[in-house]
Amino acid sequence: MDAVNLTIDGLSVEVPRGSTILDAASKLGIDIPTLCHHPDLAVKAVCRVCVVEVEGQRVLQPACAYPVAEGMQVKTNTARVREARKTVVELMLAHHPQDCLQCERNQNCELQSLAYRLGVREISFPYIERDLPIDELSPAMKRDPNKCINCRRCVSVCHDIQGVGALESVNRGFDTVVTAPFWRSIAEISCVTCGQCVLVCPVGAITERDDTEQVWAALANPQKHVIVQTAPAIRVSIGEELGLPVGTRVTKKLTAALRRLGFDRVFDTDFSADLTIWEEGNELLHRLSTGGTLPMLTSCSPGWIKYIEHYYPELLDHLSTCKSPQQMFGALAKTYYAEKAGLDPADIVMVSIMPCTAKKFEAGRPEMSDSGYADVDVVLTTRELGRMLREAGIDFSGLPEEEYDEPLGISTGAGAIFGASGGVMEAALRTVYELVTGKELENVNFEDVRGLEGIKSATVSLPIPEAAAAGDKATNNGVSELEVKVAVAHSLQHAKTLMEQIRAGKAEYQFIEVMCCPGGCIGGGGQPIPTNTEERTLRIKAIYEEDAGMPLRKSHDNPAVKTLYKEYLGKPLGEKSHQLLHTHYEPREKF
Amino acid sequence: MAIPKEQLDSVKERVIQIVSQNGAKEEALLQILHDIQADDNSLSEAELLQVARALDIPLSRVYGVATFYSLYSVQPRGKFIIRICESAPCHIVGARAVISAFEEALGIKMGETTTDGKFTLEATSCLGVCGVAPAVMINDEVYGNLTPDKVVEVLAEYDADEA
Ligand code: SF4
Ligand code: SF4
Ligand code: SF4
Ligand code: FES
Repeated sequence: MDAVNLTIDGLSVEVPRGSTILDAASKLGIDIPTLCHHPDLAVKAVCRVCVVEVEGQRVLQPACAYPVAEGMQVKTNTARVREARKTVVELMLAHHPQDCLQCERNQNCELQSLAYRLGVREISFPYIERDLPIDELSPAMKRDPNKCINCRRCVSVCHDIQGVGALESVNRGFDTVVTAPFWRSIAEISCVTCGQCVLVCPVGAITERDDTEQVWAALANPQKHVIVQTAPAIRVSIGEELGLPVGTRVTKKLTAALRRLGFDRVFDTDFSADLTIWEEGNELLHRLSTGGTLPMLTSCSPGWIKYIEHYYPELLDHLSTCKSPQQMFGALAKTYYAEKAGLDPADIVMVSIMPCTAKKFEAGRPEMSDSGYADVDVVLTTRELGRMLREAGIDFSGLPEEEYDEPLGISTGAGAIFGASGGVMEAALRTVYELVTGKELENVNFEDVRGLEGIKSATVSLPIPEAAAAGDKATNNGVSELEVKVAVAHSLQHAKTLMEQIRAGKAEYQFIEVMCCPGGCIGGGGQPIPTNTEERTLRIKAIYEEDAGMPLRKSHDNPAVKTLYKEYLGKPLGEKSHQLLHTHYEPREKF
Repeated sequence: MAIPKEQLDSVKERVIQIVSQNGAKEEALLQILHDIQADDNSLSEAELLQVARALDIPLSRVYGVATFYSLYSVQPRGKFIIRICESAPCHIVGARAVISAFEEALGIKMGETTTDGKFTLEATSCLGVCGVAPAVMINDEVYGNLTPDKVVEVLAEYDADEA
């Protein structure tokens, strides 16, 4: 290792060449304040909160960007440094609406804690109101540019990680602010509503649209039968939202908490994730055997769906026609479940708890009403559920452990792993393997498609039984094999790489999973803040522990799904499935 | 879709031509915007969207650049842009009165454009002709030693010009 020695505040430290002063200081336990700097983003040297004195340099230098050098002498805590940092923050506050008490980010705001930490007790500059328009048109998010401190983190995540580029820094000098072109609402442009900008925004300038009032109202209405479904990723993140360690699994407390809030039935999106695998697995096999459009692309991530509609509309045929598990659940809740429970679907309110802002957009798509009603009425993010539980005074630590309600709360480990990048693929492979080979899959763990690498791929050989293999495929030692090449991408920049391959006719895969957000749903735009690589990694670990702890690990073993087909749907890809569980897509303009 | 298709189509050919003249790369963006603005002193949403598509970059990038440099305007501007120097030397010798005279004569405020689309009033930093302060620039023409009376005379020149 090429090492560099330097001195910070009189202490020597050795760090790899290419490190920043910020890295070196943290090794010494010196916590230099930062604001624009973010561990997962390339943003650097925008806010100047992290300035330090570097010997031989006349002006203060930003520690987050300044590379270390041999023999460098740095001071992080002089009167000049403290004064400069304070001035930077005071200048921000001079045009920042300080309504912390009413702000969604109160107590979880980097500007607020910085002002406190740096000892800002009065602001030496007059307050100038910016009076910029607030954007509330999106069903998923709200933007208040008056609170923007121009750190450019959202710009970085939107352009570089998601490859969308909806937001940008505009104007100059005092008028500089981050917004959408021509001050359009994000609802009018090709923003995919992923909410990654919400996760990285240090302040309350971008937030989810808060729909908790609708849920309180439904719960208070005795005429309504209010049911809830919880996405796979919620059980590994709602605990964190309520102050438990990152990655704590709270599945059975979550169900108890939802009952305390007053939901009439507590169901599980993992159930419809299993159902998705029955439909999608069969769709894949159908496409493989009939020369359908390949590679087939997964369709459970609504931000990804919106992305392909805007950016690759000519490739929409590649998408599986399966609705997402949330929407399959909603369609069944107001048909199958309503019939079974003897309820008028008009009286059912379907609430879903999702790690995702794009799910709010998805639930509002006009075609998502195959039950004859809005299939899903309200979508709450993990953060919003946390808000309701705090308000209601429901403390997880004192709750008993409870099970989901039957039958739509029964699920397998395959449903649970939908919450992590690679999980839909792995769940599908577990089922497709057994469907094709007729044999039991010994090892259900497909490690190749797990983890945080941007694009993962695997080749799976499926030995085909003699009878079915007649006249089929390559023969190897007398045993026919069906080789399936699969790929998994998460975050849209990586999806884009695969889409360019497909467009060029160079994709060698038959099946591709795409999740819009880094790490999959566990890293969704509705998750607790912060959601960085560190948090993502721990939540993914928890998801696979959840899977490993389930008695059933394969979607086609789910007894409640079997009953559903027997009692109601008939068979996968059958008429009723087409009517309720499948959908179509809409080309959109790139704007 | 937020912009009517006719608007997009009507600017398409010209934008594509200007983009290809400049080499169709992002580095040429400043020059491309300059050339596009030449016809009416401003950059429309439709024009910028066509630039973004032709260069295959996000519209937000193009808009960010167009709003960063004071050379460009994303607001519609008049055929003649009257830039009034607001720096200290002009201010001392009566720029305020000159501004009022322009505002009164044209019936608009600073930053606005006349309804016939002919004139826009803008403030500018020093024009570099402090010797003849107070001064204004109308498109590329400089006028110095202005008084409220002279303002009326100057504008009369442009009234004659109905082209
Ligand atoms: S963004 Fe932060 S500092 Fe600003 S009002 Fe909200 S909590 Fe307060
Ligand atoms: S929601 Fe996603 S696509 Fe939309 S602005 Fe935020 S990061 Fe960009
Ligand atoms: S909206 Fe938030 S993330 Fe984006 S620049 Fe402003 S403060 Fe930073
Ligand atoms: S944190 Fe270093 S400049 Fe913003």
